[in-house]
Amino acid sequence: MTARPLDRGTLVFLGLVAAAAIVVPALNLALPESSPLHVPTYLVSLFGKYVCFALLALSIDLIWGYCGILSLGHGAFFALGGYAMGMYLMRQIGGRGVYGNPLLPDFMVFLNWKELPLAWWGFSSFPYAMLMVLAVPGLLALVFGWFAFRSRVTGVYFSIITQAMTFALMLAFFRNDFGFGGNNGLTDFKDILGFNVQADGTRAALFAISCVALMLGYLVCRVLVASKFGMVLIAVRDAEARARFLGYRVESYKLATFVISACMAGVAGALYVPQVGIINPGEFSPANSIEAVIWVAVGGRGTLAGAVVGALLVNYAKTSFTSGPLAPYWLFLLGGLFVGVTLWLPRGIVGTVQHWRARRREVAPDASGPAEGAPDGAAQKPLAAE
Amino acid sequence: MHLISFLAASNRCRCKTDGRAAPGSLPRSRGRGGEGAAARPILAIACLLLFSLLAGPSIARADAFDDALTKFLADSYADTEAGVTALGAGGDARAFAVVKALQDGRLLADPAGRRVLIDDGGVPKDAATGAVVSPAPAAADLKRVRLNNRLRRAVEAALGALTLRAPDPARRLDAAQAVFKSRDASALAAVEAALAQETDPAVKAALAEARAAILITSPDAPEAARIEAVGTLRERGDQAALALLSGLPAGTPATVQGAADSAASAIRNRLQVWEAVQNAWYGVSLGSVLLLAAIGLAITFGVMGVINMAHGEMVMLGAYTTFVVQEAIRQKAISLSIPGTEIGMSLPLPAALTLDWSLAVAVPLAFVVTGLVGILIERSVIRFLYGRPLETLLATWGISLILQQAVRTGFGPTNKEVSNPSWMSGAFEIGQLAITWNRLWIVCFSLTVFVLLLAMLRFTRLGLEMRAVTQNRGMAACVGIRTARIDALTFGLGSGIAGIAGVALSQIDNVSPNLGQSYIIDSFMVVVFGGVGNLWGTLVGAFTLGVANKFLEPFAGAVLGKIAILVLIILFIQRRPRGLFALKGRAIEA
Repeated sequence: MTARPLDRGTLVFLGLVAAAAIVVPALNLALPESSPLHVPTYLVSLFGKYVCFALLALSIDLIWGYCGILSLGHGAFFALGGYAMGMYLMRQIGGRGVYGNPLLPDFMVFLNWKELPLAWWGFSSFPYAMLMVLAVPGLLALVFGWFAFRSRVTGVYFSIITQAMTFALMLAFFRNDFGFGGNNGLTDFKDILGFNVQADGTRAALFAISCVALMLGYLVCRVLVASKFGMVLIAVRDAEARARFLGYRVESYKLATFVISACMAGVAGALYVPQVGIINPGEFSPANSIEAVIWVAVGGRGTLAGAVVGALLVNYAKTSFTSGPLAPYWLFLLGGLFVGVTLWLPRGIVGTVQHWRARRREVAPDASGPAEGAPDGAAQKPLAAE
Repeated sequence: MHLISFLAASNRCRCKTDGRAAPGSLPRSRGRGGEGAAARPILAIACLLLFSLLAGPSIARADAFDDALTKFLADSYADTEAGVTALGAGGDARAFAVVKALQDGRLLADPAGRRVLIDDGGVPKDAATGAVVSPAPAAADLKRVRLNNRLRRAVEAALGALTLRAPDPARRLDAAQAVFKSRDASALAAVEAALAQETDPAVKAALAEARAAILITSPDAPEAARIEAVGTLRERGDQAALALLSGLPAGTPATVQGAADSAASAIRNRLQVWEAVQNAWYGVSLGSVLLLAAIGLAITFGVMGVINMAHGEMVMLGAYTTFVVQEAIRQKAISLSIPGTEIGMSLPLPAALTLDWSLAVAVPLAFVVTGLVGILIERSVIRFLYGRPLETLLATWGISLILQQAVRTGFGPTNKEVSNPSWMSGAFEIGQLAITWNRLWIVCFSLTVFVLLLAMLRFTRLGLEMRAVTQNRGMAACVGIRTARIDALTFGLGSGIAGIAGVALSQIDNVSPNLGQSYIIDSFMVVVFGGVGNLWGTLVGAFTLGVANKFLEPFAGAVLGKIAILVLIILFIQRRPRGLFALKGRAIEA
């Protein structure tokens, strides 16, 4: 028996994101700056960043919440997607760099390189770059996951080797001779598809596109988990050995989910880079990946909407803390979140609300109407607060 | 040969060369003529030296010193040269100051008073007695002893010869090594003379090497002597000897060249062996650090199945404990106060408690402090999360963030200065292998901790109960072991050992709030590689990774080597998901 992918909650969620995708750019572009309702461009970019993080959280929720695999290396897929986009943006700079070299990005001129490394070929083409945004994280996940799942590396072992993976990538990308800008990463972007990345219109469009990507990602996840495939995933999460004995190729299910999830993280990274204007090896740091996991835990793993809510809430808190006088206490709060959520809120915000609703329904079985949509309705509040 | 003195000697040598290249001096020709010209006074020195050796008694020497001084009064280059040569050949202790003064243009002749004065910063002193001359003679009566280029050579040769026979063996060694470096052919006679007199074996060897270095590059030397020199250099067997042997000047006789080639390849082989030994030592040293950092993790992870991401912060707390102990010792008092208030107290410490004892205090204190923090964490957080390893991972990560930030708030974000006790600083050498004392102590310390821990698990009641809980928690509870208490104690033990590791790491790493972060991934790699639940696996894992890392470094560089190790471990986990020394049986799935 499978659930309907487009239930009421999904529709409400998609509607909210779509509304945000229209309203925020409209308030930014259509209203004059003097208007109290005007949304400044920096806020549009900030919201865009949150939406990218939400997509990353969604990808983690898919693999952790539904397949029970805790990946501490999703930051690596995010960063790889970001680097693919960054490479396209670097090639778009062309001769406008500080050194004015039409072929080589500035850092290569600085390192005295004579020609473009092989890895950079084709990145002047937008479709190729977009393909790489999906293909590079996807391939890495495919190879890594194939090795790991085939030899039944599970649980904390998998978490630790994914952490080692992102750590190794971070060390590699920090090297200048690795060919991706070393310590400084890629920055000073000028154009994306001919539009100035700094322009208000481009920022608004990027925000809207990020929202669309989030909606698509949500739909993909929703369709996946509501299908028979999703039922098997949950079976693997809850009793892997039993699922295997029932004849399911557990590795294949895990691998497919891992690859899809990595591609989603890659897309999130690709949308993130033009909005923040830089990608550097710090994005690979293991701490980033773990932080993304806590967004999911706060919102509620295995609820999809929860991942989005958690990402938005935690990042909003992070922004408001780290920009104010409370900045030194942010890490206390974040650390407290890790401890508190695992101890007292194991279901996360959305998961707890769903749980209450379900219990109330059991107490009052005559309550009418489908209750499944309710938890996503609860997500309205934080979203509106943004 | 000591590395440090070698460096000092090479520095000195550089100074000397600079002096030589001073403006006004003749360009040094590499050809025969130049060396011949320089060799002439040296021959004279050698003759005199031999004579004086035969003549022996010091009275004769003292007379020779006075005679030499009178030569400076004549204001003739030839006489001055004779005087310098005589000073260089004589063994008088005052000679060095006189020749040095001559070199610096501070030697004044007082023909009227028949005496020679040294201008010691404006104060004239009698060269023979060293006494200040008063009343100071009129400046018009004094004549500065002049030098020309030829004389300058003689002065340098005399200085070199005098240093080679200086009373202090360390200075003699420096001088001999400087000659080895410069291979100044004009110093040969002086070296040989000094060699004949020398009694200190180290200096004697250095002199022999210096002599060999001169002979082997000198085309005038007899073939037999040069072949013998090759043998001496072969004995020495380091990079400098190799450079000499493989860079012989053109026109060297075939026999000498052949001997040098075979000696060079022998040295090269030996150096390769030493390099491998050096790498192995670096690897063992890194391995011991990894072992220290990972061994506590092996207990919490292996015995309890708890992923403690705050493990690195326990190491960091241990390092800060060392810092606090050293601060207290520096202040000679333990000051306790409530921050932000005037309330506080100060306990004096005994004066005998010096920094050399700081680690002896810090080790048990760090064990207690971090052990208590560990028990607190276990009782307040981890015990609610047993059986949920992924949640434990997240919660302990949160604890690590809190601890880091707490230390950052309390001690500041900058590195803290932790000093090495005197017995841990410095280095010594075995052959070509340089070993620093702190690394050696850390290797010993980590092995001691390992053995103690093993003994504790094997022979104590607590160890027995820990093993019982590891193997079968339910059954252990049934036979009356209070498993919850064992859990807390085990976690405290693992954390305490991490704290001890922090004391050791404070000696070789920066003590900052991020200290733990740099070890946590490495520690996990060691434990996962070695196999969970097996301390021997941790030992083998730590040293394998350490040595592998250091042997990869010369080929791949430090960062690539580390990446390669990470990739290899990731691949290794695929082959053996449970590590090198996997536990067998049903328990692992539980």
